[in-house]
Amino acid sequence: MKENLYNYILGIADNSLILGQRIGELCGHGPSLETDIACTNISLDLLGQVRSYFQYAAKIAGDERTEDDIAMLRKERDYKNVLLVEQPNSNFAYTIGRQFLFDVYHLTFLAELQKSTDLTLSAIANKCIKEVSYHERFSSDWVKRLGDGTVESKEKMQEAINDLWTYTDELFHQTKADKAMVLESVGVDVTKLKGDYYKRVKDLLEEATLKIPESKWFQKGGKEGVHTEHLGYLLSDLQYMQRTYPNMEW
Amino acid sequence: MSKKNWPLWEIFVRSKNGLEHRHFGSLHAADAEMALENARDVYTRRNEGVSIWVTESKHITASNPKNNGELFEPAQDKVYRHPTFYDLPDEVKHM
Amino acid sequence: MSKEQLKNLETQFEARIARDEKIEPKDWMPEKYRKTHIRQMSQHAHSEIVGMLPESNWITRAPSLRRKVALLAKVQDEAGHGLYLYSATETLGISREELYNQLHTGAAKYSSIFNYPTVTWADMGAIGWLVDGAAIINQVPLCNTSYGPYARAMVRVCKEESFHQRQGYEIMMKLANGTMEQKDLAQDALNRWWWPSLMMLGPTDAESIHTEQSMKWKLKRKSNDDLRQQFIDQTVPQAELIGLTIPDPDLKWNDERGSYDYGEIDWEEFWQVVKGNGPCNRERMKARVGAWEEGEWVRDAAMAHAEKKQERKQKQVV
Repeated sequence: MKENLYNYILGIADNSLILGQRIGELCGHGPSLETDIACTNISLDLLGQVRSYFQYAAKIAGDERTEDDIAMLRKERDYKNVLLVEQPNSNFAYTIGRQFLFDVYHLTFLAELQKSTDLTLSAIANKCIKEVSYHERFSSDWVKRLGDGTVESKEKMQEAINDLWTYTDELFHQTKADKAMVLESVGVDVTKLKGDYYKRVKDLLEEATLKIPESKWFQKGGKEGVHTEHLGYLLSDLQYMQRTYPNMEW
Repeated sequence: MSKKNWPLWEIFVRSKNGLEHRHFGSLHAADAEMALENARDVYTRRNEGVSIWVTESKHITASNPKNNGELFEPAQDKVYRHPTFYDLPDEVKHM
Repeated sequence: MSKEQLKNLETQFEARIARDEKIEPKDWMPEKYRKTHIRQMSQHAHSEIVGMLPESNWITRAPSLRRKVALLAKVQDEAGHGLYLYSATETLGISREELYNQLHTGAAKYSSIFNYPTVTWADMGAIGWLVDGAAIINQVPLCNTSYGPYARAMVRVCKEESFHQRQGYEIMMKLANGTMEQKDLAQDALNRWWWPSLMMLGPTDAESIHTEQSMKWKLKRKSNDDLRQQFIDQTVPQAELIGLTIPDPDLKWNDERGSYDYGEIDWEEFWQVVKGNGPCNRERMKARVGAWEEGEWVRDAAMAHAEKKQERKQKQVV
């Protein structure tokens, strides 16, 4: 099995999986029916992407494992998503902040992944980028609304950005699999996306009349499987059925 | 209670090029951009559209059904506007 | 308007409906017609959005990715249907906020079935199969109801809902054909949801207060008991097909009637749930009120932002 490629795919897909699961929690509890429907669409897009990635990963693994085994039957340390996407929906500002900080990255990442020499990955990226362009527009618009809305919303949006900022740098870290895949022109060199990312994020935050956090100390570990405490709870939901009723079909 | 509620918008969707925009329904949104985004998420989830128009409901002026008599009935007896009004011999085809 | 003129208008109005003409928002309508429609349509809308809660409860725990996306899409549809129905109700001159307020204060009702808890994954199957099945029986005739906006909303709702029941039945089928443990899950869910689903079609005809008027306005085409019979007759063979047993010892095919006879429904339970004493009434209302109140600052921010944008635009023009 091509282990680096397999791990590389999981690294990408886990971000969508965990974020999709997080937004899925909100279904039925949004601030308006319209927003509820919009957020659910984002979750559905992300989970659809996950299925494409994991189906490909399962093929590469070449054994019995299925997309669901990969999604739901790994141990906590084997999930390789960035810390950012597992952060909870503390309030709508956190949900939007998390989405925005990830979408900007996701969009530039997919633009590069489209150029991958791995044709399956470039095809998936090609499909996903349209979805993610919309996510980025949606979350950017909402950051502006909340940032440049009322005094209360500005405070809440600023607090969310301040709290989430510490998880942004990890987006540009490379794992062993990442580096190997860059060498083969399969993977994206995320270190090169950093400049563009922070420029786009800062421009938008300014437009939203928000302050750019000054903190230079960043949290990391997700990509190596060392997560925040939040992930364990998320996984116990995600894995509940597969763990409680092992080896069954649904 | 919120001080001001999101206004109502009317949504028009073109299902495919070549067809006109058709009224699909309404929804609430704070501004036109949001109305467009919401319309996309609410009314085109099943691939129903290629183009969307939105307008705030309050900008629509509607005729009053009370005036239907004077507005629409006078057109009923103007049968000469329809091709069947004119008698032609059966031999004339395709006219 | 004199009493006689009013009577005249009413007669004309009833004649239009009898001729199968549609009533549109700006048309004259009797006050009772307007009020009855606001009540029924908003109750329908409330049922859609309260109905999201028991199912959204399992989105994060769905057993496979395929099931997860299907369930998410289904619950999302319910939000959409709530939205279509609220919008249609708003054409009668009442705002969504007022309607929410009626729901949140308990002045308006919603379908009592959503006050039952979803305790296992199999409940997603049972809800889709039975609850959506019963809902479809109720809803299809409404596509032809007399009030135009309601009929149009229902056409859209029915079209979209066609996958909901199949989604549920497929879940049940998979369980019923699975391991013993899975089969037990399916049977247990059927046991718990069967009777509430029968109750969902409404009180018996003898107890139903609105039926006659509603029939005239095409808000209803068949009586509750007829709808219930239709539901039972169509569902029993579906249960048999996948080897599940309907939890009613009195259920028996009646050759003469060409229908199933069925056991007595516990109407005391029904009325208790309607009154607010179901297992989840309080939770459901707390969840709805909570989402609305927690969302207030978000909605306000969006309005404030829209106004600022508008002001800036106007300044540019000057």
